[in-house]
Amino acid sequence: MVRFISIIGVLLLILSAATVSMAAPTIRIGGLFAVSGPASFLGDPEKNTLEMLVKDINSKGGVNGSRIELVVYDTQGDATKAVQLATKLIKSDKVVAIVGPSTTGETLAVVPLAEKEQIPLISCAAGIKITDPVRKWVFKTPANDHVAGEKIYNFASRLKQKNIALLTVSDSYGASGREQLKALATKKGFAIVADEVYSPKDTDMTAQLTKIRGVKPDAIICWGTNPGPAVITRNMKQLGMKTPLYQSHGVASKKFIELAGADAAEGVLLPAGKLAVYELLGKNDPQVKVLTEYDKMYKKSFGVEASTFGGYAYDGFYLILGAIKKGGSTPEQIRTGIEQTRKMVGISGIFNMSPSDHNGLDLSAFEMVRVKKGDWKLAY
Amino acid sequence: MNLSQQVIQYILSGLTTGSIYSLIGLGFAIIFNSTGIINFAQGEFVMLGGMLTFFFITVVKLPLLVAILFAILISTLVGVTFERLAIRPLRKATPLNLVIITIGASILIRGLAMMIWGKDTHSLPMFSGNDPIFVSGATILPQHLWILGITLLVIIINKLYFYHSISGKAMRACSYNRSAASLVGIDVKRMVFFSFAISSAMGSVAGIIAAPLTMTSYDVGIMLGLKGFCAAIIGGMSSGMGTVLGGILLGVLESLGAGLISSGYKDAIAFIILLLILFIRPQGIFRKAETERV
Repeated sequence: MVRFISIIGVLLLILSAATVSMAAPTIRIGGLFAVSGPASFLGDPEKNTLEMLVKDINSKGGVNGSRIELVVYDTQGDATKAVQLATKLIKSDKVVAIVGPSTTGETLAVVPLAEKEQIPLISCAAGIKITDPVRKWVFKTPANDHVAGEKIYNFASRLKQKNIALLTVSDSYGASGREQLKALATKKGFAIVADEVYSPKDTDMTAQLTKIRGVKPDAIICWGTNPGPAVITRNMKQLGMKTPLYQSHGVASKKFIELAGADAAEGVLLPAGKLAVYELLGKNDPQVKVLTEYDKMYKKSFGVEASTFGGYAYDGFYLILGAIKKGGSTPEQIRTGIEQTRKMVGISGIFNMSPSDHNGLDLSAFEMVRVKKGDWKLAY
Repeated sequence: MNLSQQVIQYILSGLTTGSIYSLIGLGFAIIFNSTGIINFAQGEFVMLGGMLTFFFITVVKLPLLVAILFAILISTLVGVTFERLAIRPLRKATPLNLVIITIGASILIRGLAMMIWGKDTHSLPMFSGNDPIFVSGATILPQHLWILGITLLVIIINKLYFYHSISGKAMRACSYNRSAASLVGIDVKRMVFFSFAISSAMGSVAGIIAAPLTMTSYDVGIMLGLKGFCAAIIGGMSSGMGTVLGGILLGVLESLGAGLISSGYKDAIAFIILLLILFIRPQGIFRKAETERV
């Protein structure tokens, strides 16, 4: 008898599940983010953003009449886990596209899988190796590191600075930045007079800075994510160094000024994604509307300011959404749709994808800003 | 700036980082000497010191001094609770098992801190201003003087306690020979309890005085803990001057190495020293064949 009832129960469940799925054809998207672990400052806002956007779209009736279903896994910043979870997303969850992973290392590990299984992968990591060379199924939304580097060098050459000291963090972000900065320096006629590194958990960089002071550079470029760059900014103040300091876009948030202290951070220059400074942009800037909406929505949902990193997931989601709106539903159609994206106004910039460019951003993705009295000011 | 001024700067920076390592190292040594285990949760007390102070200043809005006292108090409570719940019930376990338990505890404490305070880095205000002081061409901050001063004070108190108080002497007795100590009526369990209290308090002090310079977050304990461990190993796990000198030596060598050789090898220098000591002089470089181990 018990057995009979349970069989009936199972049958009922199957039937009800079947009717639900008949009623609303859903589109399933996967998310792979480093929600915990050392890269959680990337993965956390990315996951929040994606969940918020999916909820928002579904509450407005979905896209082309179908609901979007989101499956997010936490890779913990681990490349091996990222590959396992990507396999799970593709094989058992049967997603049509994946947003993520959060870091360059994880992305490069997942790339062969996405290529083999033919699933569009829209990475939220900045490393140039992700889209250079271009791979058919792989896209990324953050601007290339060298775009930020170029922005810094263009600014430095206007100020007639020639001798540059590099101080980069010894993780993949810093290593990639260091490589790009050195290559760009030769191209643009700068001399690298010091090339120092520090490790992500270092708490005192006065040794590196003292060495840099010895070679008297015209400017220092520091490449890292918090808290290192904030420590360096403080150490420079401590050493009484007046050398102009450029930071990377990796610290373009108020948190950096807060950590370094408004006093020590005064005058620091950096290329910022527009989200950090949208309030300063003129009304004519095409991104202002999107940026304002995103920031407001994020603040309402999570009580904190939106970050550039969450913006990477935002752009990834809208690239997919755009492709679906054009009538795409299979991975192949979505991939083609993304590649055909033109003039999509996003958070990181205005995307113009093409078969030879799977990032689609240019120098206009960044604004040079300067810290003044504890806030960002546009630097010209 | 000439080379000698640079070297002075490296040494000054190294001295302050080194004093932090010393304080953390002493915590390792004190517990090791009373229990024979290496407490890998030591770094987490450093984190707790900084994070709790930040919490009391910004959330509870207490004045700095009160916040610091509360932070030390709570870190110590966490330390003794840890001893009561995880170490004492398992006194029959082998040291290796206990060491693994401490690793587990460190992951637990770090995880809880992450859930309670989030993953952000926070900065603490300097104790007294942040205008640099010039010392023969090099510069230091008032905070560096605080670090050096407080480290010195803690070391003196430590020395007085171990050599001039009954319970301090009892703890030294335990470290020489546990069973003999218990035979003459010393409550070994209580001494272990004390050692955890002292170590966690010291760790949190290290975290608090360093946080205005280095900032703090839920995961600062990992690297600082390891560096403190290096300091204790260099000092041969002595809870006296050996470990203090070990920490300072480590800090200065790191700083000189980063400045004069290559900054890429800064952490490598610490761990190469650690490995060399373990291979060549496992008893520590300052210890003669027969010295005190407290």
